[in-house]
Amino acid sequence: MALHHMREVGLKTIMVCLKRVVDYNVRVRPKTDGSGVQTEGLKMSINPFDEIALEEALRIRERGEASEVVVVSIGPEDCQQQLRTGLAMGADSAVLVRSDEALDPPSAARVLLNMIERLEPGLVLMGKQAIDDDCNQTGQMLATLWGRPQATFASKLELSGEVATVTREVDAGLEVIEVDLPAVVTTDLRLNEPRYVKLPDIMKAKKKPIDTVAIEDLGIDTTPAFQVLAHTAPEPRARGRMVRNVDELLAELRERGLVN
Amino acid sequence: MSKVLIIAEHNGVTLNQSTARCVSCALELAPDCIDILVLGSDCSGPASEAAGLKGVTRVRTITSEANAHPLSAVLAPQIAAVAPGYDYVLGPSTTFGKDLMPRVAALLGTGQVSDIMSVDGPRRFRRPVYAGNVIVSLEVPEGRQVVATVRTASFPAGAPGDSPVAVEETATDATIPTHTRFRELRTAGGDRPDLQTARIVVSGGRGVGGAEGFEKLYSLAGQLGAAVGASRAAVDAGYVPNELQVGQTGKIIAPELYFAFGISGAIQHLTGIKDAGTIVAVNKDPEAPIFEVADIGLSGDLFEVVSQLEEKLG
Repeated sequence: MALHHMREVGLKTIMVCLKRVVDYNVRVRPKTDGSGVQTEGLKMSINPFDEIALEEALRIRERGEASEVVVVSIGPEDCQQQLRTGLAMGADSAVLVRSDEALDPPSAARVLLNMIERLEPGLVLMGKQAIDDDCNQTGQMLATLWGRPQATFASKLELSGEVATVTREVDAGLEVIEVDLPAVVTTDLRLNEPRYVKLPDIMKAKKKPIDTVAIEDLGIDTTPAFQVLAHTAPEPRARGRMVRNVDELLAELRERGLVN
Repeated sequence: MSKVLIIAEHNGVTLNQSTARCVSCALELAPDCIDILVLGSDCSGPASEAAGLKGVTRVRTITSEANAHPLSAVLAPQIAAVAPGYDYVLGPSTTFGKDLMPRVAALLGTGQVSDIMSVDGPRRFRRPVYAGNVIVSLEVPEGRQVVATVRTASFPAGAPGDSPVAVEETATDATIPTHTRFRELRTAGGDRPDLQTARIVVSGGRGVGGAEGFEKLYSLAGQLGAAVGASRAAVDAGYVPNELQVGQTGKIIAPELYFAFGISGAIQHLTGIKDAGTIVAVNKDPEAPIFEVADIGLSGDLFEVVSQLEEKLG
């Protein structure tokens, strides 16, 4: 590959953040003592929004608009599985910041800023939210600490020189903004459909490097901003009644004063 | 003496109802003062609406051409400049607040409580995680400024106050970045009711089968004066645009009446409707999980039900 040429026309590095989460299809329950959630033995996956972020990075590289895609994860040793999946999808290399404690978004953002300083990416991509804590904060906080623009909830991303034009899924419809690079872009569902990993890619990925860093060695404050007191199950909504036909349905709705 | 600052959401003309819901949440903190901050290029309309909300102490405005569109990178440093002195800085958990508030929290050097669903004490909150499968109770340590987004469906829109409070223009010396620029906003809604504020919502899932099927739901919604929503499966399948999505990764809504047509009832969807008044589910599969949470269930062909409803309501 003509690397020197690519540097002229596009970005050198895209950094993609992957979080290991309980798989989308698994229903999670709180532990009986409320100290956390039961995750033992559950299927774990790449956070689906992060997978979309990686797919987008790979497409940008495949268009010749970037030279390399590096995937970064923070978590226990087992995160290697998700990073391997990312490498099998097509990422060039991976970094695991080993942490046995789960980090809150401000701490994760501080760690990712450290990774930015190492990798000097021209673009950082990640999901708009992780489907475990549902916080929807890390990308925005990272962009702020970095002193760079953010474009959240992206459903379309176009790069041109030093500028990214991003279509964002907002409550009112679609908003188009322009941001100077480098920037953080967080991805929404409709940006793309991630590719399936093929067996030969999994074999090839085994040769790709995963660089491991112990979080203690980064000297970053990871004290949580808040104290979690308890995890509980939501109050169930009472089961209602079945009606047999539209007339019974309308009678019930009229009784409740909901329709005329 | 505790003070709350609420960041107003507006479209330049009117105040979004999400702001009044933030005021309802703020009142549960029993603060000494609730200020609303309106940032815009012309704040007059939203500011006068905000001044009329019950429980509000003062409305502050920052009027600048730079604030013509809600760009978080532009608004956040101005909010951070005003925020010192406030114990709480609240915004709505809409795409506006979700984008903006973490940027404010990071500038203020604190964390953010996302999606407050209930207030258990001045520093204790509950919020949903895992698509609402688990509720977390958390406490913000004393002395730490609370930046949070408010799950709007969990709080009422509130009532108007007795008489409007003062509106004051505020100046800041915040540096406004130029690295983020607004290009355009494309709205598809037209004159249909807004999904997040509509009294009735007619929603469809994968069972609707396609864009043509959704036309029939639009027709029923028109007759009922209802907004149209959709499950993630229907959005993924390309039947409707994403702004109709209801659920964990879409909109969280609390209409008085919610119709779920051809929606199986994945937990990701249910988390978006659990505060609805009455949920009506119509699905051809009598074992569909949606029936476990529906107040009224009808097992049958959804198009048959829709056309009968139109006829009998007509």
